[in-house]
Amino acid sequence: MSCATRGLAGVPVTIEADVANGLPNFTIVGLTDRAIQEARERVRAAVRNGGFDFPQRRLTVNLAPAEVPKEGSGFDLGIAIAVLRAGGMAISLAGTAFLGELALDGGLRPVAGVLPMARCLARAGYCRLVVPSENAGEAALVDGVEVYGAPTLGACVRHLEGSEPLPVASAMAEPRADTVSEADLADIRGQGQAKRALEIAAAGGHNLLMTGPPGAGKTMLAQAFGSLLPDLEPDEALEVGAIYSLRGAFRERSFMALRPPLRAPHHSVSRAGLVGGGSGLAQPGEISLAHRGVLFLDELCEFPRTHLEALRQPLEERKVTVVRARGAVSYPADFTLIAAANPCPCGHLGDQRGCNCSPRQLADYQSRLSGPIRDRIDLAVSVPRQHYHTLFDGSEEESSAAVRSRVDSARGRQRERGRLLNAALQGRRILADARMSAAATRLLGRSGERLHLSARAFYRVIRVARTIADLAGEDRVGEPAVAEALRYRMEVGA
Amino acid sequence: MKSTDPRRLAAGATGWPDRFAHLEQPPPWIWLWGTEAPMHPAVAVVGSRRATAIGLEIARTLGRDLGEAGIQVISGMARGIDAAAQRGALEDGGTTVAVLGCGVDVCYPPEEATLRDGIVANGCLISEEERGALPLPHQFPKRNRLIAALAVAVVVVEATLRSGALSTARWAADLGREVLAVPGSIRSSRSDGTNRLIRDGARPFLGLDDLFDAVPELVGPAAGGTGARRRRRTVPRLSAELEDLLGHLGPDPVHPDAVGAACGLSAAAVASSLGALELAGAVMSLPGGLVARTF
Repeated sequence: MSCATRGLAGVPVTIEADVANGLPNFTIVGLTDRAIQEARERVRAAVRNGGFDFPQRRLTVNLAPAEVPKEGSGFDLGIAIAVLRAGGMAISLAGTAFLGELALDGGLRPVAGVLPMARCLARAGYCRLVVPSENAGEAALVDGVEVYGAPTLGACVRHLEGSEPLPVASAMAEPRADTVSEADLADIRGQGQAKRALEIAAAGGHNLLMTGPPGAGKTMLAQAFGSLLPDLEPDEALEVGAIYSLRGAFRERSFMALRPPLRAPHHSVSRAGLVGGGSGLAQPGEISLAHRGVLFLDELCEFPRTHLEALRQPLEERKVTVVRARGAVSYPADFTLIAAANPCPCGHLGDQRGCNCSPRQLADYQSRLSGPIRDRIDLAVSVPRQHYHTLFDGSEEESSAAVRSRVDSARGRQRERGRLLNAALQGRRILADARMSAAATRLLGRSGERLHLSARAFYRVIRVARTIADLAGEDRVGEPAVAEALRYRMEVGA
Repeated sequence: MKSTDPRRLAAGATGWPDRFAHLEQPPPWIWLWGTEAPMHPAVAVVGSRRATAIGLEIARTLGRDLGEAGIQVISGMARGIDAAAQRGALEDGGTTVAVLGCGVDVCYPPEEATLRDGIVANGCLISEEERGALPLPHQFPKRNRLIAALAVAVVVVEATLRSGALSTARWAADLGREVLAVPGSIRSSRSDGTNRLIRDGARPFLGLDDLFDAVPELVGPAAGGTGARRRRRTVPRLSAELEDLLGHLGPDPVHPDAVGAACGLSAAAVASSLGALELAGAVMSLPGGLVARTF
């Protein structure tokens, strides 16, 4: 009759009520949290103020299955309906589930996580769902379930009695506004190498590290990166929407937005905020909010090392599992990492102004940069400070739309070969897909000796070269693609 | 004398470097740790701790070429130029001597432990401090005089005006050793010291030949030394496009975007060509994503 969430997957919860003789009392059991215990007062008041009788007997409500921890105020409506039925009111429930928080006057308030819960209930075979009016558009995004938005408990009861049926809610429309807010590549002058690296990263889903002095335009490039990614498929968009719904992030992002999300947490973010966590059952963190989109970490070296270490598992498995006392929760976290960092503590290494860091400082800094997540960075590129004459020379820069069309076709080529983007391909699979020409293989062999590449670095180069060939529309990875991929290896200048 | 334990050597004992006699105040004894004694003639390669990538590369190849020519490299195992030169010397079977400002069994800088082991195996460490002595600042100028004494010539690769390498050069000049300096841009503070040396009469060092011209006695060991073959730069054959792009590059580091603008190529084409050139050894990558021509 209602639903609890456990990660993105929910667990349908049946609410039972029993009325027995004895002193008037109201107990709720079933591994509940504080908010559910407080539901007793809300339900009692809402039932009375809604114009119904509250049974003055010994009342027990059970939320089943009893071993699943349950949190939040979303069970209020279900509990109230169960109580009214136990009190003798004839309401037909036939396959209906309820979500919503009660106000003392009997009104219904919106709750977080309606979208994933609606998905779960639909899968569990519930065909009707009553939610607060504010949540109706969100819940109706889910196929296979009729959603009714009720403004009050009274409206819900009259709907169930059949005296005043509510209309079936329609899915919320996608607001057009959020496509406009992305930065466009054409707004950034110069930076040819960096733009090329962004294009490759977008086409193959590669993680990218940009280094450069402060003010060179790293942040702007990262913001423009989102504009190079293709729209999400509808089911992907729903998955992303479900994560935002869990966070109750109504204002941050429309649940139906098709543009991939871009998250840019500040380096002062807590570890729980980054990877997920919090009190009670873990909430999704920034990396899950960036699911199917972009996670931009500016000033990468300012992030505590433990945070970066915590990113390893999600980068590898494309999901994150957070274990808390009340249970382990998994959230999807399949994102492209765009990181930016100064090349050295003072920020001017390799710059005209000259760097005045000591060798010790430099070594420390570079080990921070390369330590925990270097294994997962496929592309590294430097972003130099721009001269003012390049900023104002009036030449035409390529727009994001033009680059995106190339990215789209490169992604199309990857889809023809398989389900995964090049960045996610492992060992044998990428070797088979690369179909390297003899000359390319020789070149790569030479590079191993000359540039001291590790085995891992080899695979990174091949993955990137495969994407470069996809962008060029070539079936085989040739010499130029390998040579270019070698330019973007992480070891540059270190 | 294939001993691998530190030994204390008194003045005049067997194996005592005669050249210390040139010093006004020679050390009464030294600690020596390694398998090879200081040889004659030997060349000192010194420079700043904080060095540019190009300076480090010059020091490394100079060390390597000297080692190959059978000439011992003397330096101070300090961070930067010193360590790069000694690492280069060991690269191709040469020997090298490190004169330390701390106890002979104290590894300073600590991150050079591998280099230290290499020197013990193919050269030696020398110190006039007691074993276990910490690297205190006042001990370094003193050890510079030992470096100058042991060498027939001192090459300063990169030095700021305050660099300790200049003190080694001054000792060398006082002792009548040849002083050579690698010239640098007059805008680069990292080369202020070497440029100043040249102005004050040091020979500019542009290649090994300058060294042989300055110190003819080096030509003998170089010709008959163990690694007598002089390295021939193998210049790979490049395609016309690569040659063209290489024509736009000089020894000064530039950003690939600037290269692309200069020869009208797309970012992808520039990256690809530079990758190929780097593999061919014609171009090197430097910090900040810059590139420069290697020859």
